[in-house]
Amino acid sequence: MSMPGHLKYTKTHEWASREDDGTITVGITDHAQSLLGDMVFVENPAVGRKLASHEECAVVESVKAASDVYAPVAGEVVAVNAELEASPERLNQDAYGAWMFRLKPSDPAEFDGLLDAAQYQELVDSESH
Amino acid sequence: MLKQTPLNQAHRDLGARMVDFGGWDMPLHYGSQIEEHHAVRRAAGMFDVSHMLIIDLKGEGARGFLRQVMANNVDKLQAAGKALYSCMLNAGGGVLDDLIIYYLREDWFRLVVNAATSDKDLSWLAAQRDRLAPSLELAARRDLAMVAVQGPDAREKVWSAVPGSREATGGLKPFQAAAFGDYFIARTGYTGEDGFEIMLPASSAPGLWAALHRIGVPPIGLGARDTLRLEAGMNLYGQDMDEATNPLESGLAWTVDLDSPRDFLGKAALSASKPTRQLVGLVLLDKGVLRSHQEVATALGQGEITSGGFAPTLGLSVALARVPIGVSPGDRVAVHVRDKSLSAKVVKYPFVRNGAATYQG
Repeated sequence: MSMPGHLKYTKTHEWASREDDGTITVGITDHAQSLLGDMVFVENPAVGRKLASHEECAVVESVKAASDVYAPVAGEVVAVNAELEASPERLNQDAYGAWMFRLKPSDPAEFDGLLDAAQYQELVDSESH
Repeated sequence: MLKQTPLNQAHRDLGARMVDFGGWDMPLHYGSQIEEHHAVRRAAGMFDVSHMLIIDLKGEGARGFLRQVMANNVDKLQAAGKALYSCMLNAGGGVLDDLIIYYLREDWFRLVVNAATSDKDLSWLAAQRDRLAPSLELAARRDLAMVAVQGPDAREKVWSAVPGSREATGGLKPFQAAAFGDYFIARTGYTGEDGFEIMLPASSAPGLWAALHRIGVPPIGLGARDTLRLEAGMNLYGQDMDEATNPLESGLAWTVDLDSPRDFLGKAALSASKPTRQLVGLVLLDKGVLRSHQEVATALGQGEITSGGFAPTLGLSVALARVPIGVSPGDRVAVHVRDKSLSAKVVKYPFVRNGAATYQG
C-alpha cells in the first residue's frame, strides 16, 4: 500500500497536501480505497462551505458500503474535483492523484499536526492486526 | 475459527480478499468486483459456492414428506433431474429458508440450502422427519463441493474443461440436472445468466477450478455474486425475506402453492393472511446508492429497502423494497439516504436478464 512521504494523513484515512498557495488538498488514502473496493459514487462538499476540523463533509460509496470523509483541518472549501462525479473509479486507480476537495485552512499551523507517512503506516499496521 | 471450503487455498493463490461470510472464510473479490460482474454478464465466471449445504433426502416416501414441508409443490418434479425453487415455512407462514430441490429418484431428492441457515435447516428438517416420516434418511453432504459457472459462455467453458460432459448435459433445459460420473451438473444459478452449478466430491473441486481457470474462466467473489443476483431480481434470504416475513409479501407468491388441496406447513397461516405489503423494484433517478434498510416514502405509506446497491450492468443504483400494496410500476417514491431525500422510480423486476436491461416502469 503506497504512502507518499510528502503527504500528511489522518486517523480516518484521508491524505492532505499543502499547496504553494497555502491551500490544503484532500483525498482518501490508497489503504482506504483498497478496503472499500470499487467506487461508484462521490459526494463532495459545496464550494464555500466552512468546515470544522474532523467534520463529516463528503461521502464515498463503493460497491460494498458508504463511507464518510472528514475534513483533516478546519477551513473553507475553495474547490472540488468535479471529475470524480462522473468517474469515481479514479479513486481506485490513483488515490493520491484523484483529489476530492481543497480547503483554505483557518489555521495554517493545524496541517503540521497531522500524521506523517511513518505514523500513518503504523496506524494501518495496528488496524490490520 | 472460520470454516473453509475445499477451494480456500485456491482463492488465496488467486489473491482474493477473504471475508467472514456467516462463519465461512470466503472470497469477496479477486481485485475488482465490478470487472468480475461484467465478466459474468459478458462471457463467463466461476464461483465457489461450497459453503451452501447439500442435503440428500433418501427413502421410501420422500416425495410425500416434501409435499408436507415445502411451500412449493414437489409434484411439479416428475422427470429425473428436474429442479424446483421453494421456501420452507414456519407455522406462522414466515420463511425459514429458500432452497432448490432436485428430483433424482422417487426415493432420493437433493436439497441445496443457504450456508448461514444450514444448521437450523438441518435440525428443522430432522424434527419434521422424526414427526412425519421417521424412516427417511437426511444426509448433510459436507463431502461435496459446489462450483457455479455462469454467463453466456459458461456451458461451453464447462464442456471444454470437463471432457465428456457435453454429451451428458448438452440437452439439459433450465432447471434440469444430470449426473456425470461423480459430478452432478445442474443448469441453475443465481445470476440471471445461463450456466451450470456443479456438485462434486470435495477432493475434485480444486482440479475442476484449475481446469476452468486454465481456459480463461475468471473467479468471481461474493461481492459480484450479490450485485448479479440483485440485478436478476432474486431474493436473498435474511435480507429480502426471513422468519418474520411471509413469502406473499416477499415477491414469492409464485413459489407458494395455495390452490391445490395439498396441506403444508405454514399454509393455514398464509391462507388466512391478508398481505398489506409487496416487494417491488426501485431504480434510483438521483445520484447515489440505494442500500438495505433505507426508508422509502410512497403515496400510500412507508416502505423499506430490503436489498440495494449499484447495478454495474445498468450503471445506476437499484433496489428491492417492501412497500404498501397499491404502489405500482411507474410511481415515484422518495428514499431517505443520510440527510437527503432521493427520487426513485418503481419498476417491475428483474432489472437484468441475459446481459440486458429488462425492468419495466
